[in-house]
Amino acid sequence: MKILVTLKRVVDYNVRVRVKSDGSGVETDGVKMSINPFDEIALEEALRIKERGDAEEVVVASIGAADVQQQLRTGLAMGADRALHVETESAPQPLTAARILLKLVEREEPGIVFLGKQAIDDDCNQTGQMLAALWDRPQATFASKVELSDGKASVTREVDAGLETIQVDLPAVLTSDLRLNEPRFVKLPEIMKAKRKPLDIIALDELGIEDAVDHQISDFQPPPKRAGGKILESAGELVDELKNKGLL
Amino acid sequence: MPRYKAPLEDFRFLYNEFLDLSACAGMTSMEEATPDIFEAVLTEGARISEERLQPLNAIGDEIGCKFNEADGSVTMPDGFVDAYKDYAGAGWTGLTADPEYGGQGLPVFLGLAMSEMINAANASFAAYPGLTLGAYEVLHRYGTEEQKKRYLPKMVSGQWGGTMNLTEPQCGTDLGLIRTRAEPRDDGSYVVTGTKIWISAGEHDMVENNIHLVLARTPGAPAGTRGISLFLVPKFLVDENGNPGERNGVKCTGLEKKMGIKSSATCEMQYTAAKGYLVGEENRGLAAMFTMMNAARLVTGIQGLGMASAAYQAAVDFARERLQGRSLAGARYPDKPADPIIVHPDVRRMLLESKAFVEGARALGLYTGVQLELELRHPDEQVRQRAGYWVALMTPIIKAYFTDMGSEVANLSMQVHGGAGYVRDTGVEQFVRDVRITQIYEGTNGIQALDLVGRKLVGNSGENLKAFFEPVQAFVAEHAENDALACYIKPLEDAAGLLQETTATVYSKMSSDPEEAGAASVDYLRMFALTAMAYMWARQAVVAHGQLEKGRGRAAFYQSKLDTARFFMTRMLPDTLSLGERVRAGAGPVMTPSDEEF
Ligand SMILES: Cc1cc2nc3c(=O)[nH]c(=O)nc-3n(C[C@H](O)[C@H](O)[C@H](O)COP(=O)(O)OP(=O)(O)OC[C@H]3O[C@@H](n4cnc5c(N)ncnc54)[C@H](O)[C@@H]3O)c2cc1C
Repeated sequence: MKILVTLKRVVDYNVRVRVKSDGSGVETDGVKMSINPFDEIALEEALRIKERGDAEEVVVASIGAADVQQQLRTGLAMGADRALHVETESAPQPLTAARILLKLVEREEPGIVFLGKQAIDDDCNQTGQMLAALWDRPQATFASKVELSDGKASVTREVDAGLETIQVDLPAVLTSDLRLNEPRFVKLPEIMKAKRKPLDIIALDELGIEDAVDHQISDFQPPPKRAGGKILESAGELVDELKNKGLL
Repeated sequence: MPRYKAPLEDFRFLYNEFLDLSACAGMTSMEEATPDIFEAVLTEGARISEERLQPLNAIGDEIGCKFNEADGSVTMPDGFVDAYKDYAGAGWTGLTADPEYGGQGLPVFLGLAMSEMINAANASFAAYPGLTLGAYEVLHRYGTEEQKKRYLPKMVSGQWGGTMNLTEPQCGTDLGLIRTRAEPRDDGSYVVTGTKIWISAGEHDMVENNIHLVLARTPGAPAGTRGISLFLVPKFLVDENGNPGERNGVKCTGLEKKMGIKSSATCEMQYTAAKGYLVGEENRGLAAMFTMMNAARLVTGIQGLGMASAAYQAAVDFARERLQGRSLAGARYPDKPADPIIVHPDVRRMLLESKAFVEGARALGLYTGVQLELELRHPDEQVRQRAGYWVALMTPIIKAYFTDMGSEVANLSMQVHGGAGYVRDTGVEQFVRDVRITQIYEGTNGIQALDLVGRKLVGNSGENLKAFFEPVQAFVAEHAENDALACYIKPLEDAAGLLQETTATVYSKMSSDPEEAGAASVDYLRMFALTAMAYMWARQAVVAHGQLEKGRGRAAFYQSKLDTARFFMTRMLPDTLSLGERVRAGAGPVMTPSDEEF
């Protein structure tokens, strides 16, 4: 079995994100960029599945400009076997991303497509679900535990009410939650080896997709500054205050 | 507790924009060292430092190493054994080591960045791989083929550790006083007997075997430093298959209680008829050990820098958050009960002195790292030699200045923190305690200054000095016409001129009276260090200025380089003027008072 893992390049979770002065986006110049942490967890799980002998190959894929190759190389250094880079200068929204991934899925025919449950940049939490629908295969999202047997995946999911365990037939789409595992430290010799692992660059039109521009950015703005709080003397004052604001 | 964030943006600037790596082109160590490898090594190195090593720093300080009287073993604090396993398992111990013995063969200047990060995160931990690397370097250079095959691969993989054993109760700086003895046996090995003290990493439970490099005297060896030989004494003798076998006659007999680096084991080592193997030639042990000492001195400087960098970060975070008083220019944050202390001029002075040191020293360290790489591995003999002049000159300067300033910056961080820095919770007082030893070991800073005036100044018939002054003069000439850069170039030019004059003064006085050199040495070293820092700041300013003119992004980053360069030139470099005065005052005021006057 082959596992396809998606890796999105995002601003590192430690960085305080700043809006560019011209409002065209967020500042990424000189900012630390990383693999979306949920994707990293998905890759870790795929590697563990392979190391248990339940998969033969782990392929990582990313959509974006040339610099996503850095994250793909990190994925290769973690242990992925090869990488696919779908080249586009635009930053596609979930539906376009799912369409592109579907083309990769048709080419690669993986048993599992493993995504992060969401990317920490725009927090959409949609691509995995959309891909499953387009592919017409089962999905098991928010996985915090994955077990494979007899062509099925038994997945424990984190849901509002707690944990639920479901079974899906493979091939299927899985998305990782935070507690699924703790990604490994990359080994130095693997970093060196990663340079020599195959990384295919795929143009959009090769996939039969015309362009990935699916939205127009009009303006980015930082969230408004929060006004200072107010300390009131009594509950009565609070009620008055709320009434004045028309909230009660 | 401070949260360490590796300064990746500055490392990237230095590697990608500041350093000139063209001289290294074509070297084998550079084949793999492409920018994407730099990036990957830096990010992953940062990650293991921040996530794995830094969280153990305070714990290690609290618990320390434990000595077990019964069997002479030493237990590391909780978490260290696992962290070391991760560190070695990920291949970091072999970062710059020879691929023939399992290393990655990456350039030493990349190793220096890693050193800075692990020392900033956890200086006690960093000592262990640091010493192993030092021992590796000696064996790699002076060991026989057989010794190298037997010991190096497992030292490179981190399975085995290495130590250096110079110090004895009666002998610290003056290694001529060594008493440990080594008697030859028929099989070519030696019997080593004696007591060594304060041996870092002498005993601990993170490695399966420990390879001690020991200075000792053979029977009939000449007195003093010309009669010292170097021996390899493994904790467990290594069997035919290369595995640790019989326990050798070396044992840890006690651990020191000390001010800082509490989870770096400082051991008393008893050698009782231990089996040892000669490394290099008899009576040439000190020369071999000094190979290790030179690299180790650079790394000791980087220890000071690393801790300064972490202490500075903590100070900045604190200064942004702590609200006290109002800006002298009127409230800057009227919505808050008081302004953050970062608005106050004196707090800014402390932060800027720290920042100017940390970033300038980082540049000087890596710049010297490139020269060291050239010296060690460039195919052309002449290039190696020239690079070696710079390294020889800068080694004592970096060791002494970086560690003196490491202490200074840790103390400035405490001062910025106020009482919160003196009490334990913020973790700042640990930096003050941990960094202090760096001024003492690997040759005290006073000895570094003597090395500079006594050996490096006159050494290689003046070539060492030329290796500094020529590039500085060329650089000044290249940019002299650019008015926009004058505020960086002119101060450098003046400082270099004063340093040259002062050098001539020291040089002429010391030929008639060696005490003149001794009395001038520490001030002279500081003056040299400040001038070298000015060179680094001027170079950084030129790069930053160029990038700003080209309209490259990250304007805030480049502007900050220019602002800090200006601070350095106007507020730190002028110390050279008073240092010059002190040097000119000569030995008289120091040597005239009789010993009884004290
Ligand atoms: C925590 C720790 C770890 C250590 N680790 C190791 C280790 O792993 N291996 C090892 O071999 N040693 C180790 N040492 C020993 C260390 O290297 C010595 O302490 C150091 O070399 C200084 O020697 P000393 O302490 O005997 O001081 P001394 O030599 O007694 O010096 C005392 C003072 O006199 C000054 N002085 C001495 N001679 C001169 C001179 N000729 N001219 C001018 N000034 C002079 C010194 O600068 C210093 O200020 C360690 C020490 C400590 C505290």
